[in-house]
Amino acid sequence: MSARILRKVFLFCALTAVVSVVLIFIFVAVKGAPIFATAGFTRLFFSMNWDPLKGNFGMLPFIVGSFIVTLGALVLGAPLAIGTAIFLSEIAHDRIKRFIRPSVELLAGIPSVIYGFFGIILLVPLSRMLFGGSGFGLATAWIVLAIMILPTIAAISEDAISAVPPVYRMGSLALGATRWQTIKRVVIPTAMPGIVNAVVLGMGRAIGETMAVLMVLGNAPSVPKSVASPASTLTSAIALDMSYASGVHQTALFAMGLILLAVSMVLITVVRVWSGRVGR
Amino acid sequence: MATTFEVKNLDFYYGDFQALEDINVEIEGSTITAFIGPSGCGKSTFLRCLNRMNDLIPETRVEGLITLDGRDIYTNETDLVDLRRRVGMIFQQPNPFPMSIYDNVAYGPRLHGSPSKSELDGIVETTLKQAALWKEVKDKLNSLALSLSGGQQQRLCIARVLAVNPEVVLMDEPASAIDPTSTQKIEDLMAELKERFSIIIVTHNMQQAARVSDHTAFFMADDTGKANLIEFGNTDQIFTNPKDERTESYITGRFG
Repeated sequence: MSARILRKVFLFCALTAVVSVVLIFIFVAVKGAPIFATAGFTRLFFSMNWDPLKGNFGMLPFIVGSFIVTLGALVLGAPLAIGTAIFLSEIAHDRIKRFIRPSVELLAGIPSVIYGFFGIILLVPLSRMLFGGSGFGLATAWIVLAIMILPTIAAISEDAISAVPPVYRMGSLALGATRWQTIKRVVIPTAMPGIVNAVVLGMGRAIGETMAVLMVLGNAPSVPKSVASPASTLTSAIALDMSYASGVHQTALFAMGLILLAVSMVLITVVRVWSGRVGR
Repeated sequence: MATTFEVKNLDFYYGDFQALEDINVEIEGSTITAFIGPSGCGKSTFLRCLNRMNDLIPETRVEGLITLDGRDIYTNETDLVDLRRRVGMIFQQPNPFPMSIYDNVAYGPRLHGSPSKSELDGIVETTLKQAALWKEVKDKLNSLALSLSGGQQQRLCIARVLAVNPEVVLMDEPASAIDPTSTQKIEDLMAELKERFSIIIVTHNMQQAARVSDHTAFFMADDTGKANLIEFGNTDQIFTNPKDERTESYITGRFG
């Protein structure tokens, strides 16, 4: 009797996630879809002209902005994070680990607004000095995001690397491999599915990040021309405009949200399919 | 070529715990030497001293002398890469890497040089033949090594070691985790391979030691856990006419 009730309770917990995903999709799609009928794909996706007051909703600057910001953050952040993971799992002594691992974990717990502050106080002046311009722009956003995704990628990669059975390392060392050769030729390839998984999750975090990006990116609705140029992403544009948008403008923002959702779904599917194939 | 290990007054410590005490032995080339003794008697620990795999365990310490062809292997100048290439190792659990059969065998040669594709093809075929595995895998060299059976995996590990041309091969209970047919194959293999290099095998299986080895070393730990080499000699003599009564008790099955 009580077992049956407990079963229902846990089923309810699990279903919450499913119902939420479905509701979010329906809600965003219903609110955003009408714009495709009124404006058409070309005028939305392939137009640079974003001028809501005149009825122009070209989203290309935001799509390109999200893409470039995410890519840059990954190029900077992923090697840093994977390097951290290798150091923690393969190289560091316990004493150093006890100092570095909590730092990495703390990084994951810092609210994104605080990352925004960090960017404004430290990186904006630095970028202004190095690249000119206002300092609010791509370079600053890249660095802020790279640091934000570091703990995600580092933690999951470290798990993957630590899960490589010690007998593989022993086998390699016993054949006369150096520690570095062993890491490069056996440990990393074996942990690769987990590392890719980590990078994709980091990518998801970078695409979805809103507040810190909004604070340091400069928010110009145009395609950036240099590393110092201000830009906008899908998320930052939605967050900035949502407070006052109405009518078609609001519908356009929902459509942008729909794009974000679709990209995340594609990412998750890619990881699933890929790690499933490698795992077999 | 006969490569000889000479061990003099060897003590070994895990932290404060002394695991081996005053081991003295000379292991000749082109022979098979079996290390036997009860569980926890230090025979695997001693085996791992010979290619310095114990270095990987923190806070271990070696005192005394181990020489390979007259040269101390525990100096600061000792080239570990070279030592471990010359002194190969087969582990208790077959541990092929999670890559193709071909890449497993090619792993060592690729570490120690940059052989051409045709050279590698040659090495892979030769060593797999020597390891008595070629017929079973020649049509699926690109399959994952982990798809093989346990016994096949162990023979693959032997091929992987052969590919770097070792002078001594250490085997740490190589047949304890695999089936009897594969064990038979590996024992046959050992008899053939000893022409090319010496083999030192740790085994719990006394029949196996009696079947395959030329020399046998009997290890036993005292009450404090310190292990000694009790007796070393020709396998025939150890099994038919042991000099030490502890050896006799062990091989006649009175303990261990």
